[in-house]
Amino acid sequence: MKGEMISVSIDTVVGETAKIKVEGYRFVTMSCAELDQTMIDILYHFDKDLELKHLRLTVLRDTPVPSVSPVYFAAFLVENEIQDLFAVRFKGLAIDYERTLYLDEEVKVTPFCKYTVEKTGWGVGSKQ
Amino acid sequence: MPQIIPFGPQHPVLPEPIHLKLSVVDGIITEAVPAFGFVHRGLEKLADIRDFHQMIQVVERVCGICSMMHAMCYAQGIEEIMGVEVPPRARFLRVIWAELHRMHSHLLWLGLFADSFGFESLFMQIWRIREKVLDINEATTGNRIIVAVNVIGGVRTDLNQEQMRWILSELAEVEKEIRRLETTLMDDYTVKKRTVCKGVLTRSQAFELGLAGPTLRASDVAQDMRMLGYAAYNELDFEPVVEKDGDCYARCKVRFRETLQSIDIIRQAVSKIPEGELSAKVKCRPDGESVSRVEQPRGECFYYIKANGKKNLDRLRIRTPTFANVPAILAMLPGMWLSDVPVIVLSIDPCIACTER
Amino acid sequence: MFKRMITESRIKSPWLLHYDCGSCNGCDIEVLACLTPVYDIERFGIVNVGNPMHADILLVTGTVNHRNKKVLVNLYDQMPHPKVVVAIGSCGLSGGIFREAYNVVGGVDKVIPVDVYVPGCPAKPEAIIDGVVIGLQKFHEKM
Repeated sequence: MKGEMISVSIDTVVGETAKIKVEGYRFVTMSCAELDQTMIDILYHFDKDLELKHLRLTVLRDTPVPSVSPVYFAAFLVENEIQDLFAVRFKGLAIDYERTLYLDEEVKVTPFCKYTVEKTGWGVGSKQ
Repeated sequence: MPQIIPFGPQHPVLPEPIHLKLSVVDGIITEAVPAFGFVHRGLEKLADIRDFHQMIQVVERVCGICSMMHAMCYAQGIEEIMGVEVPPRARFLRVIWAELHRMHSHLLWLGLFADSFGFESLFMQIWRIREKVLDINEATTGNRIIVAVNVIGGVRTDLNQEQMRWILSELAEVEKEIRRLETTLMDDYTVKKRTVCKGVLTRSQAFELGLAGPTLRASDVAQDMRMLGYAAYNELDFEPVVEKDGDCYARCKVRFRETLQSIDIIRQAVSKIPEGELSAKVKCRPDGESVSRVEQPRGECFYYIKANGKKNLDRLRIRTPTFANVPAILAMLPGMWLSDVPVIVLSIDPCIACTER
Repeated sequence: MFKRMITESRIKSPWLLHYDCGSCNGCDIEVLACLTPVYDIERFGIVNVGNPMHADILLVTGTVNHRNKKVLVNLYDQMPHPKVVVAIGSCGLSGGIFREAYNVVGGVDKVIPVDVYVPGCPAKPEAIIDGVVIGLQKFHEKM
């Protein structure tokens, strides 16, 4: 894969992102991929003068991940998307669609998980 | 107490369903919240049931307007994983069709933009010119919009000398007609009245919101993925089109100049195209990760591909330019008149089918 | 008498509403291309409108998903009777290449009754115009 890859953990992800922002990088996007039943891989992609830089965060699926949208506002959309499709929860989202960005309430499963996670067991606060 | 006014999902200005919840006080917008999901199909997930060759047909249908670029981006990602060397002739042919796509997409947008402030005759004129570009697509590939020329390792169809001469003569005519419209589009009082100083994004704002493509370049950031030199762009001579003002007028100007630039790039590509094979042999299956980027008419398209040596890909992630440009709408709308909403929303060239996949 | 006049003019000059369900844009821009000078659907007296309450013919492109099916039914219900629905493109007919995707319900006919089917991926403007003209005949029969 082109570009530099840095491994981060849940505690350092926001700090690293803020550091990258200070260095003058532009937020490109995030990608999410399932590793196995419990682990999930989240990649953050940044760009500066056509050079890419990636952060790799490997987490347990049910651990809430701190949102980077306070640092890069643009991240709120893709974080909502991952929330919809992978059942990962993001803490501190700028605009939280509460898992209704793409999917309606009647869709009960998270489509991108090979091991089905019920949407009902997720506990999204007071969603009507 | 702000009024809530819904914009969309079915709206006469936008052919596509996007929904904006606008909070309005005395005709001025205070907040805009977008809602998505009207076009979400979930085609990234189709990678589980289609093999990596068949996925080309699926990614072409992410968006009908820039279908060729999606397929090119995907093919480049797989080629990078597998280490396939694309023959030079195929690389040049990819450039030719990609630029034809950029032209028809920009002309489409210029027309719709004219329609958004009610200049219907301009809309009709621009779309009449656009049909010529579609005719070239149809004559060379057999389809007007989804051209299906890419395969992994090269292209499917060839162009002979006669066809290339014909393309150039058609493009000369297209150029003449576009130049004729330049004064109307760029200097007209009504056009300027509706677009100048509307939806201004400064350079730092645009950069911080992570925008892409003409929206970013209109705010004085010279970022064009073609400068990466994929396909045959490293052998062609061009500069990113940049404007300083960052308003709707600047965005219109960037796209207008890029249309003319595309004609120039096609001319260069036709004059430099070498003879040779159309596609390289692709053996075995991909194994590994790659990131692939191309410049689409709307901006930077980003593919993340993860393969594990099986027939089907492990993960295919598509980040399309409109997805990156949606935060721009949210930043531009507050403080604007309700009547400017169609113009500002259209100024980022939204492609909802892309955004939601 | 007034009613007959309206009926006759509706047959001669039907108004058209276009809704993009979940299409890839290919069929949408072909529908728009129909309105522009080269194909010019207005020579049949057809006008594209944005308000479902003014429309006689509903053009639907693309697959139906869980969210937009409510919008589609809503638009269909708002149209005055009689109405004709024209489904455009492979996706509108059956779900096309996306039929196996998780968020796709299927063709347009799963949600509302369809009168004319226009195949193609994307459907060519000539085919769309042909479909609309056949739709006009059906509209006449329903009157």
